Amino acid sequence: MNSRRLLPILPILTLLAMLGPVVAGLWGTLLPAFGHLPAAGLTGPSLDPFRDLFDWAGLPRAMFLSISTGLLATGISLVIVMLINAGWSGTKPFRGLERLLSPLLSVPHAAAAFGLAFLIAPSGWLSRLLSPMVTGWDRPPDLLIVQDTWGLTMTAGLIVKEVPFLLLITLAALGQADAQRSVAISQALGYGRVTGWLKTVFPRVYAQIRPPIYVVLAYSMSVVDVAVILGPNTPPSLSVQIVKWMSDPDLAMRLEGAAGALLQLGLVIGALVFWRLGEHVVGRVGKRWIASGARGRLDPLVAQGALAAGAVCALSVMLGLVVLTIWSFAGYWGFPDALPDAFTWRNWMRFGPGTLEALGETALIAVTVAMTALILTIGCLEAEYRFGLSFSQRAVWLLYLPLLIPQTAFLPGLQTLMLSLGADVGRAPVMLAHLVFVLPYVFLSLADPFRAWDTRMGTIAAALRASPNGVLWRVRLPMLLRPILTALAVGLAVSVGQYLPTLLIGGGRVQTLTTEAVALASGGDRRAIGVYGLMQTGAALVPFALALLIPTLVWRNRKGLRHG
Amino acid sequence: MDKGLSLRDVTITKGGAPLLSVSHDIAPGEVLTVMGPSGVGKSTLLAFITGTLAPDFHATGDVWLDGQDITHAAPHQRRVGILFQDDLLFPHLSVGANLAFGLQPGGSRAERAAKIAEALNEIGLSGFEDRDPATLSGGQKARVALMRMLLSEPCGLLLDEPFSRLDAALRAQVRDMVFDRAKARQLPVLMVTHDADDAQAAGGVIVTLGG
Repeated sequence: MNSRRLLPILPILTLLAMLGPVVAGLWGTLLPAFGHLPAAGLTGPSLDPFRDLFDWAGLPRAMFLSISTGLLATGISLVIVMLINAGWSGTKPFRGLERLLSPLLSVPHAAAAFGLAFLIAPSGWLSRLLSPMVTGWDRPPDLLIVQDTWGLTMTAGLIVKEVPFLLLITLAALGQADAQRSVAISQALGYGRVTGWLKTVFPRVYAQIRPPIYVVLAYSMSVVDVAVILGPNTPPSLSVQIVKWMSDPDLAMRLEGAAGALLQLGLVIGALVFWRLGEHVVGRVGKRWIASGARGRLDPLVAQGALAAGAVCALSVMLGLVVLTIWSFAGYWGFPDALPDAFTWRNWMRFGPGTLEALGETALIAVTVAMTALILTIGCLEAEYRFGLSFSQRAVWLLYLPLLIPQTAFLPGLQTLMLSLGADVGRAPVMLAHLVFVLPYVFLSLADPFRAWDTRMGTIAAALRASPNGVLWRVRLPMLLRPILTALAVGLAVSVGQYLPTLLIGGGRVQTLTTEAVALASGGDRRAIGVYGLMQTGAALVPFALALLIPTLVWRNRKGLRHG
Repeated sequence: MDKGLSLRDVTITKGGAPLLSVSHDIAPGEVLTVMGPSGVGKSTLLAFITGTLAPDFHATGDVWLDGQDITHAAPHQRRVGILFQDDLLFPHLSVGANLAFGLQPGGSRAERAAKIAEALNEIGLSGFEDRDPATLSGGQKARVALMRMLLSEPCGLLLDEPFSRLDAALRAQVRDMVFDRAKARQLPVLMVTHDADDAQAAGGVIVTLGG
């Protein structure tokens, strides 16, 4: 391998892998949305697809659901995370919560959603634990909690997963914000903890975490798997309906689906603009608040509330996993009983072989995609180092672009485009589609530690006559083993959790743990869901455990790398 | 003059503004000390000589080492050794493996191991092959770093504030050792420092920048 020729093209290759499918997918959405789909014998342009779309009676509600879940989930998660940081960062309860929340980050959305459903449904675990003693129920109450019409449960399902994400993102940003001293100063001036933090640290931190917040907003507005599990059915949210149209055997329905996809894209862009305007308003109000000199009398109360909210999020996901586990081993489990009559291996015997097959497919895709992403990422970062390139803030937005454009806006188009080109759906295209979402996360995870490496180590190694490749392989990569494995684990977890790309680009023929688990949602077989949900969680979680364990073992006699 | 390190009309600029100009020949076994407060670009001069100048700097002039123009050579082919104020021992390698990293390739495994044992003996660290560098004392680390660099058989030696992290007692000891070894091997030495003691101890020509 001639690295001198290969290395410079890796950044270009990476951009192509990340943005190529997005651009192609948007193009493939645009044409059928205006009535052009030669594969179905239709040529445009025409506005009929949009006419059909606007004739659909469920559209206003579907649009409303997309907007309300997106804004609510993002806003509430952000408020919880900011207030937790404001009230508790650097304290013991904070470290406890951080330790609880960080492993939860890798729990796939679908598994967390199933767990939440099994927890809070009328016949869920909480209701069983409290019945009949507290509630007096001896049968499940007739309440629409899961899949409620307003999408509130779905919003809650998103919040419990976005809080850990935003918390870890914020922690990374706080390192550069000199938060401790700012809070100390404001406390010395008589400000409460929370108020002091919000007035001095929040503006700096927010500027840094803005891109991931936009990602959360775009994601929450267009999520499909969580919406299928927790969201309303009649009508479903817009993105779920788009997937329904795209899966219709009648090819003409794809036109309506494509029009819906463009509408979804428009909604997300609109919401992002709205959020941006909201930032200005908050900034203005905040300036006035700072100028008022208010010291924050309610701070202790606010801090307690935020900590409680964070704990509820952590507990929901964890208890959800517990109840998934119980169901996966449950024999007969009548309603008000807190636990099943008997625990059995029968569910695992029955669904085990199916999950193993899906696990194989999941692992094959995830390992290939995450390794590819890792190699491209290291190639980009090494090229940046060797050739003295530097990425501007604008280039960083390119990384976020595939995460900001809703999956439902370009994946249907990508599928249609592949269909028109006669390309086969299947495993390889699914891998390419996964790469679009895995690459940014792997890159974002590895970039900071890779750049933070002391380049004088490289100068020393070169002075000892190690070639550039020698420096990379013999010094830099071994020293960065821990962040590299963490980035790999992030990539694996992202790939394992992918639902829509696997479903749409795989044409229903690529069956991973995630697609199988979500497909079980409509059937409501809690034992099967328990088994699949746990396997899915394990597939995402085990790599993280290994990423912690392996460097500790390999470098057990190297004190200098213990906290790296 | 053939042997030695020559800086010929070296001028480094940043964004068009001149940072420093040096033109000097350093004979084998001699020390040139470049002094000046921090921020005048002393380390930039060394980065130019090692070939690791950051892209926002621009340099003109030539660097010659033992009769060869190394101005445009790849960093790992220049045969210029460097010591920083931190020891920069590779934290993932044992003390022995750090030295083996520096030792020129060639020789059987046993021969190489013997050379490393001898090198450790020379710096008073016999039997330290398998030690984790992070467990050494500051003085021990400095000695390993020096020996690692010498084992790579450089033709010139650069010192970037090499003693500023050591406490007073250790400082003179490590400093003497570095200069003794450099003289014994007839290496031209270029040291940058802001410490007058170090400059005096070097005993060579002193150039002051930005003063």
